[in-house]
Amino acid sequence: MTSRAEDPPWWRNRRLLPWLVQGVAALVVAVVVAFLLSNLLINLTARGLLLSWSWLGNPAGFDISETLLPFDASLPYWRALLAGLVNTLRVVLAGLVGATVLGTLVGTASFSSNGLLKRLARIYVELIRNIPLLLQLVFWYFVVFLALPKGSAAIQLPGVVLAQSGLFLGSPELVNGVWRAPLSFTVEFGALLTGLVVYSAAFIAEVVRGGVASVARGQWEAASSLGFSSLQTLRRIVMPQALRVIVPGLNSQYISLAKNSSLAVACGYSDLYSVAETTLNQSGRAVEVVLILLGSYLVIDLLISALMNGLNGLVQLKER
Amino acid sequence: MIVRPSRLEQLRQELFSSRLNGLISIALIAFLVTAALGLAKWALFQAQWAVIRANSTLFALGRYPLEQQWRLWLLTALLALATGLSWGLLRAILRSGPPVTLWPRNDRWALAVLVLLSLWLPMALRLSLAIQMRWWGITLLLLVVRWALGRWGSAIPATARRLIPLIWPLLYLLGMVLISGGLGLVQVAPSEWGGLLLTLLMSSFAILLCFPLGILLALGRRSALPLLRWGSVLYIEFIRGAPLITLLFLGQNILGFLLPGGMAPDRVWRAAWVLTFFAAAYVAEAVRSGLAALPAGQLEAARSLGLPMPQALIHVVLPQALRVALPATVGQFISLLQDTTLLSLIGLLDLLGTARTVMANPAFLGQSAEVYLVLAVLFWCCCAALGLGSRALEERLNPHSRSSANLSPSQA
Amino acid sequence: MLRRLATALPLIGALALVGCASDGGGIQSQKMAAIKSRGNLICGVDGKLPGFSFVAPDGSYSGLDVDFCKATAAALLGDPAKVTYRDLSSSERFAALGSGEVDLLSRNTTMTLSRDAPGGNALAFAPTTFYDGQAVMVPASSGIQSLKDVAGKPICVETGTSTELNLADRMRELNAAYTPLKFQSGDQTYAAYLQGRCVAVTSDRSQLAAKRTGFPNPAGHILLPDVLSKEPLNPATVNSDPAWADAVRWVVYSLIEAEEIGITAANIDAKLAEAEANKNLAQLRRFFGVEGDLGKQLGLPADFVVKAVKAVGNYGEVFERNVGTGSPLKLERGVNQQWRQGGLMYSPPFL
Repeated sequence: MTSRAEDPPWWRNRRLLPWLVQGVAALVVAVVVAFLLSNLLINLTARGLLLSWSWLGNPAGFDISETLLPFDASLPYWRALLAGLVNTLRVVLAGLVGATVLGTLVGTASFSSNGLLKRLARIYVELIRNIPLLLQLVFWYFVVFLALPKGSAAIQLPGVVLAQSGLFLGSPELVNGVWRAPLSFTVEFGALLTGLVVYSAAFIAEVVRGGVASVARGQWEAASSLGFSSLQTLRRIVMPQALRVIVPGLNSQYISLAKNSSLAVACGYSDLYSVAETTLNQSGRAVEVVLILLGSYLVIDLLISALMNGLNGLVQLKER
Repeated sequence: MIVRPSRLEQLRQELFSSRLNGLISIALIAFLVTAALGLAKWALFQAQWAVIRANSTLFALGRYPLEQQWRLWLLTALLALATGLSWGLLRAILRSGPPVTLWPRNDRWALAVLVLLSLWLPMALRLSLAIQMRWWGITLLLLVVRWALGRWGSAIPATARRLIPLIWPLLYLLGMVLISGGLGLVQVAPSEWGGLLLTLLMSSFAILLCFPLGILLALGRRSALPLLRWGSVLYIEFIRGAPLITLLFLGQNILGFLLPGGMAPDRVWRAAWVLTFFAAAYVAEAVRSGLAALPAGQLEAARSLGLPMPQALIHVVLPQALRVALPATVGQFISLLQDTTLLSLIGLLDLLGTARTVMANPAFLGQSAEVYLVLAVLFWCCCAALGLGSRALEERLNPHSRSSANLSPSQA
Repeated sequence: MLRRLATALPLIGALALVGCASDGGGIQSQKMAAIKSRGNLICGVDGKLPGFSFVAPDGSYSGLDVDFCKATAAALLGDPAKVTYRDLSSSERFAALGSGEVDLLSRNTTMTLSRDAPGGNALAFAPTTFYDGQAVMVPASSGIQSLKDVAGKPICVETGTSTELNLADRMRELNAAYTPLKFQSGDQTYAAYLQGRCVAVTSDRSQLAAKRTGFPNPAGHILLPDVLSKEPLNPATVNSDPAWADAVRWVVYSLIEAEEIGITAANIDAKLAEAEANKNLAQLRRFFGVEGDLGKQLGLPADFVVKAVKAVGNYGEVFERNVGTGSPLKLERGVNQQWRQGGLMYSPPFL
């Protein structure tokens, strides 16, 4: 039995100290948070803006240019925000598919036997990822998409019309100077989607390249000696193995694509952030609107993560 | 004996090895040629570069007061001096040390690019002769110092040589004083900084501060203390789950509510802090991956040698972990530099914000393509330079690794 | 006062309160005390709107909104140059004012009930500095005669503005479908309009006129006769500091009054000397602060009117210089004329 005198003093006690440190840290954090919150309360009370959610039921009074859900100005704020959220989800989903396809193409192109293609893939990646996305978005919208021909001068193919106002599919017709079609996409959507796809694809290409490069060289050689063509090898031998490396890497790329979609304001697309901004301005409810925004993006991120984790479980090596 | 195929033969094999490859090559060449011709035609004959020339000061400095701009000239000259010193010294050391293939070739290139740019740019912008002379003077200063140090740098005693890198942090602090005023200089409020100055200042500030913060967060996330761990996890995941623009918005509009009246910092600094705290969460993840790559035995060995925890971390664990984390961390820095463009969305006059004010000027309406192109080139150069620097540093730290800078997308 | 004490005391407000209570000779204004101790006025402006607030290539601000910032700074601090300008987008302006980010919002802001009311944005509006109305601009070649013809087509509009609501209201009245294309800032809105993405762009009449001056072919664009709304543009402060709001209000009135009684930046020194010499010019003496304590009652220097008018001139001069027929905007005075000329500019007496 050790005597009391041999016990270390309390400030060197290995069991007590960590808890003491944590306790102090927690106390400091709690005090800071309480300080901030009490200020918030005081400031909001002083301005008569105490946290409340009932205003969400008031009519929004503003219109949204394109919505999947029917919306007009007489509907309440929450419907406007919901329409914005659906618009965000629409561009995110389309962006995920587009960026994955383009990213995979570019990523595998850097293993092409064609030297020019290989180099072009590298140039694409180096060019795109060193230019800010916001800059690319305004470029796509104001310089490229708005320069498309208007009205009857539009680019017309059978069943497809590409005009300055958008892409029109299935028997488009020009009514009163405006193109109409059963299925149409506006240029705002197009510019945002193009920007997001082109930008994210550069990063996805790097993930794919890393994944393919991680597959041992011998796998290629073995496959080719078995008579597989290089495309077949890629599809049947290399990709299934590369996916184990690629899928976890894609997760964070997908999440940043979802978050990057909030830059839609730069090209006139009414996404969640854009609608939230208008809502804030009409209602003056800054804190509530920011909370809704943060919450929505968090949910989208978690959804993507959950999906990707599920996918990851599918592609990982199953060992008995 | 192996006969090396001729250049032409090599090219033929690369481009036309099969019929499919040939078709792809022809299509690509046709595409590239059309694109290049179109761009050249536009840039030379259609583009109106007057918008850049007329506003070059606005793009560079924003509304920085004219009578105080000598401070920025002084800072530029000091920066050139410091660059010359460090560059020359590096050459001197490399020349006396073992031969390195990477450096000398890059050195010539960098020199050529620098000289050409400093000759061509002031003339292309049609700056006044006095200002052109200043640029040439500053370039000359850099070249002379570089040459002198390269020549006689190895003669400088090693102890003095070790002090030279210290001029950089000193210069940074001095630069802050020169830019913002104080110590007898007239104050220039942050709202008057703009353009490239604001972009560089914001990104350098955030980069310098987010790095230590990120390391602390990464250590916290791997700590055995549950409160610390969960606190770090909560912070990192919260930040990584939110788009930067909503956080910037929160910083601009809600922070005023969270602090007692008048205590909130200037909105430029507010945005800088938001950028810092935002980037810290991503740097933390990069550093964490570096820490995870390190065998646990390293820490255990250091501890069993009797090193206290902080020293074990600083001297044993972190140097190794940070080397692994370097590419990803620099990738974060690059995306941070790109993310400064979002400041324009909250009304700050960074490079893109300034560009938008310029384009709102009736005299320059509809010249957006020119402005965007110049911004894109500027950003590309800055980001590519960071990436190149990171790769060079990586190779010097670890000559056997061949990985490249691992960029991450803008986390907006 | 009691309520403020009760809420602020638990924190760190106590010291600050003691500090501000002793300031300004009984006038309770934290804001004015803060501006004085800071030594400059932080003024929220648009910054991208020729005629109202605009940055020249040399970095200096000018415009009608900017002049009211200068006048206020001159009145309170004695120097029109002591202003820090903050460019604010329409969607962030109220939050910036509410959180104390800017002292004064002089950013072509329309006064409305919900913006004024304590249960809404809780702003305090100064008198109108420009009576405007929302209008619609279309290319002259489009053949569009009235708002009805725009139905079914895209209209460009700046987001976060009352314009957006007015447009929605009017189109609902007309029972016309339309596509509002929203942009975060004016420069993008007009760029999209000029590229032909929208057949029409809607905004305040003055703003449309201002932007049109910069178009490659100004004559190729016309304003439709429809007036969608009344848009009285006012400087604004927050409700919670009535003393500061009063000070701003009377600075604005002083420029209007100065025009009415014929005082200009050029003749003010002569008029002042005249008033100082002649005790019978009681009205003028009070206006200039030679006698009485009008300035002190507001917590401003006695000669705040002199300072303000010297800095920017009277209202008519401000109007002419920035948006009037002599400026690139070439706007008529119209309802912004003095009341004696049949306009709406009318200052209550300085008594």
